[in-house]
Amino acid sequence: MFLLKKVKYKHILDIQHLSIRENKITCIVGESGSGKTILLRLLNKLISCDSGEIYYKEQELSSIYSIDLRRKIVMLPQQAAIFPGNIRDNLLIGLKFAEQPIVHDSELQHTLKMVHLKNKLDDPSETLSGGEKQRLALGRIILMKPEVFLLDEPSSALDDETERIIIEQLVAYTKENQKSLIMVTHSRNIAQTYADDIIEIHNGTIAHFQEVSDERYH
Amino acid sequence: MKGIIELQIWQMIAAYVFVVVLLLVVRLKGIRREKEIFIATIRMTLQLILTGYVLVFLFENPSPVLTILFLLVMEVFAVFNIFKRVKLELSTKLKQIIALSMVIGTISCLLYFLLVVVRISPWYDPQYFIPIAGMLIGNSMTGISLGVTRLVDGMQTQKDLVEGALMLGATPKMASKRIVDNAFDSAILPSINSMVGMGIVFLPGMMTGQILSGVSPVTAIEYQIAIMLGIVGSVALTVIIFVHLGYKTFFNEQCQLITDQD
Ligand SMILES: Nc1ncnc2c1ncn2[C@@H]1O[C@H](COP(=O)(O)OP(=O)(O)O)[C@@H](O)[C@H]1O
Ligand SMILES: [Mg+2]
Repeated sequence: MFLLKKVKYKHILDIQHLSIRENKITCIVGESGSGKTILLRLLNKLISCDSGEIYYKEQELSSIYSIDLRRKIVMLPQQAAIFPGNIRDNLLIGLKFAEQPIVHDSELQHTLKMVHLKNKLDDPSETLSGGEKQRLALGRIILMKPEVFLLDEPSSALDDETERIIIEQLVAYTKENQKSLIMVTHSRNIAQTYADDIIEIHNGTIAHFQEVSDERYH
Repeated sequence: MKGIIELQIWQMIAAYVFVVVLLLVVRLKGIRREKEIFIATIRMTLQLILTGYVLVFLFENPSPVLTILFLLVMEVFAVFNIFKRVKLELSTKLKQIIALSMVIGTISCLLYFLLVVVRISPWYDPQYFIPIAGMLIGNSMTGISLGVTRLVDGMQTQKDLVEGALMLGATPKMASKRIVDNAFDSAILPSINSMVGMGIVFLPGMMTGQILSGVSPVTAIEYQIAIMLGIVGSVALTVIIFVHLGYKTFFNEQCQLITDQD
């Protein structure tokens, strides 16, 4: 689905070849500062590489209109962006930005359940904790039903139990709905348990690529 | 109506007593501001004398070329003043847009005001053209300075929210809407507030000047109302043009935020 060839970004990232499969769960691991966030930002086209090519479904990223691309390949940043307004506003804002039709409250409530938030839709959003904000932002992009989820450490502010539940839900959702999930995670345990593929980044290069699912099933 | 009392040179000098008092107070209190006060007084005096002579010359030799030249000089001074007032780093592109907005915004309002509202003739009559241009340009300058500050500051401090919106597929326009609206709002607020206080909290300078020179207060008020509307229009138009072109300079053609390093 994604194909990277000789991609360089400043002195931070240097990827000779990388291919990411469609309808799979791909985990990106590596120490902090190794370039994981930069890689996600490249795939979302928030930034462009200095040299090399990135393809999404055989089409070069530079030839796809950025806005259309980002509406299909949505990114969740490590620090959730919470916009002024209540929880409903924050859930709906993704759909508004992507110019998709607004959904009914019942669907919003279903999404809140999915990300394990017990708040009401009219509750203020600024007072949420870091972990709750992250889950709210996750709910927002689930509502957008993108082709690809790019998640930057979606569970970094969560306790182990909530983390397990949320990731499990998300993986199930991805599989059921034929989506692709690309997720940066600090947890090797999560990567080993849920990933089909694991990409390990070291100092801006691909240190290791592992197809877990094949090993798991063979 | 009687005309105005001409001030003799000794009467002018008597007015400087106010500054002498200020200097004394400052010295007694040990506030080290003597130099600034002295320089400011001298500058004001010299600049006004100079402007006075230029205006006398212009009024005695009315010509379209001179009027336009004077207008351009005012625009250039105003634009550089804006760059100086905004204490933030401005990109070249943004500076060009500031200049463009000032020129288009003020001149179109000025022409409407002079030719449609006041109906002066000839169109370049310096007695009307120059003071009114000065008021429109001066107020638009203040307004756009506030707008520029809010826009640039907002784009820097709310960078994460702007990028957060882009990640979700927002266009640059959607992503910066809140900041743009806020910049526009803060730019026109002073003009709106001054309309609200007008006549009660303070008597505006132009009206006071006209009354002092013997014009009937009714005429002075008519002019004041008209100019106030003109000022609001000019500020609004200038700032609208600025914010609608200005936010775009923060994004590249790939709809990515332009970072400072690049
Ligand atoms: N906009 C930027 N400009 C220059 N360097 C950056 C920028 N963003 C991140 N970096 C640097 O790039 C490296 C990789 O960053 P990042 O991808 O955020 O790492 P991580 O793997 O922790 O997500 C770090 O050394 C970081 O300091
Ligand atoms: Mg990171």
